[in-house]
Amino acid sequence: MLTARHLACVRGERRLFSGLDFAVGAGQWLHVQGENGAGKTSLLRILAGLAPPAAGEILWHGEPIGRLGEDYRRELLFLGHHSAVKEELTPLENLLFAARLDECALSEAAALKALARFGLKGREALPVRFLSAGQKRRVLLARLAVRQARLWILDEPFTALDVKAVDMLSALIVEHVEGGGIAILTSHQTIPLPGGQVLKI
Amino acid sequence: MNAVLAVIRRDLLLAMRRKSEVFTALFFFVIVTSLFPLGLGPEPALLKKIAPGVIWVAALLATMLGLSRLFAPDHADGTLEQLALSPAPLGLLITGKIAAHWITTGLPLVLMAPVLGLQYDLDAGALGVMVAALLLGTPLLSLIGAIGAALTLGVRGGGVLISLLVLPLYVPALIFGAGAVEAHLSGLGAAGHLSLLAALLALAVFFAPWATTAALRIALE
Repeated sequence: MLTARHLACVRGERRLFSGLDFAVGAGQWLHVQGENGAGKTSLLRILAGLAPPAAGEILWHGEPIGRLGEDYRRELLFLGHHSAVKEELTPLENLLFAARLDECALSEAAALKALARFGLKGREALPVRFLSAGQKRRVLLARLAVRQARLWILDEPFTALDVKAVDMLSALIVEHVEGGGIAILTSHQTIPLPGGQVLKI
Repeated sequence: MNAVLAVIRRDLLLAMRRKSEVFTALFFFVIVTSLFPLGLGPEPALLKKIAPGVIWVAALLATMLGLSRLFAPDHADGTLEQLALSPAPLGLLITGKIAAHWITTGLPLVLMAPVLGLQYDLDAGALGVMVAALLLGTPLLSLIGAIGAALTLGVRGGGVLISLLVLPLYVPALIFGAGAVEAHLSGLGAAGHLSLLAALLALAVFFAPWATTAALRIALE
């Protein structure tokens, strides 16, 4: 259960939003909507604990995330605008490194399977530099398939993906939410998923 | 601990894939230290006198070369965010990054220094002291440099700013590092200088990652 109370965000001199309240429980997902520059990304970064809110607090199971620290980060998977994928490394190396950083055990076989699921079979050993933007994005999304996190915070996850990949990602999110997970995402497109709350900022 | 080793391994792997960056620092070091004997002429007494200073200044500048690239690529592609969100403490992961920086830029300089020292007519004892001083001093340079790199992250023209920030902080390392060889040559013994370098290193190992992490958190906001 992720609860936000009276959240406010100030960028420079501008107040992006204030008095934001919402709660997302297990098995639910939240679609954050807003115009360009409304503060969607800022909100997600605040929720992930990367930036402090100007006012208000965020609770995970009733505890402020600042106090939970490591325990919160272990439950969280945040995928931002940037790929966090190294161009010089292969998809397999990128995925294995991400798993070690998350402190979750991932065997090479499991990593290869996740990459194959995202249509990267045969490209595991090619430096990411040689992949297209959409394929780079798929490397990143393969992380969703291998990481055991309760809370997914995804910033524009559908960008640069083709129709097939959009379907795969949607299936993955549905599977996650139905398994009792929580997903918070931003997207300018309508998201082809059942249920879900909408938060407009 | 696993995550720290993963960071070190990944940075070393990246350095292997972008060899030019590693070799730039090493070649710079080799060429600068080789130019002095050529420019000053073959006078053993003079060369012996300037050797420690020249080699240390060249080492300082060679370490500076790659500093602006220590965190910038990770910041640009979002890896730094993922490091901050890892369950492992960010400070430890950053220590891993600094260790990898030392292995790729500092360690090659230490290994190369005795060969370069021969050009300056240094004897085996003096070369040994120089290697010991560099072994203690180059990690110190990486640790202090990381603070500068973190503070200037995302700043336009950061490269120049790093030199302004970091070079004054390198002065103690330069004084005690170069002084160790001079003390040995003059018969005083290098133990005092080396102990002071070791003390500085111990201090930096504790405080530099902490300061670097604090600066990186500000850059991430």
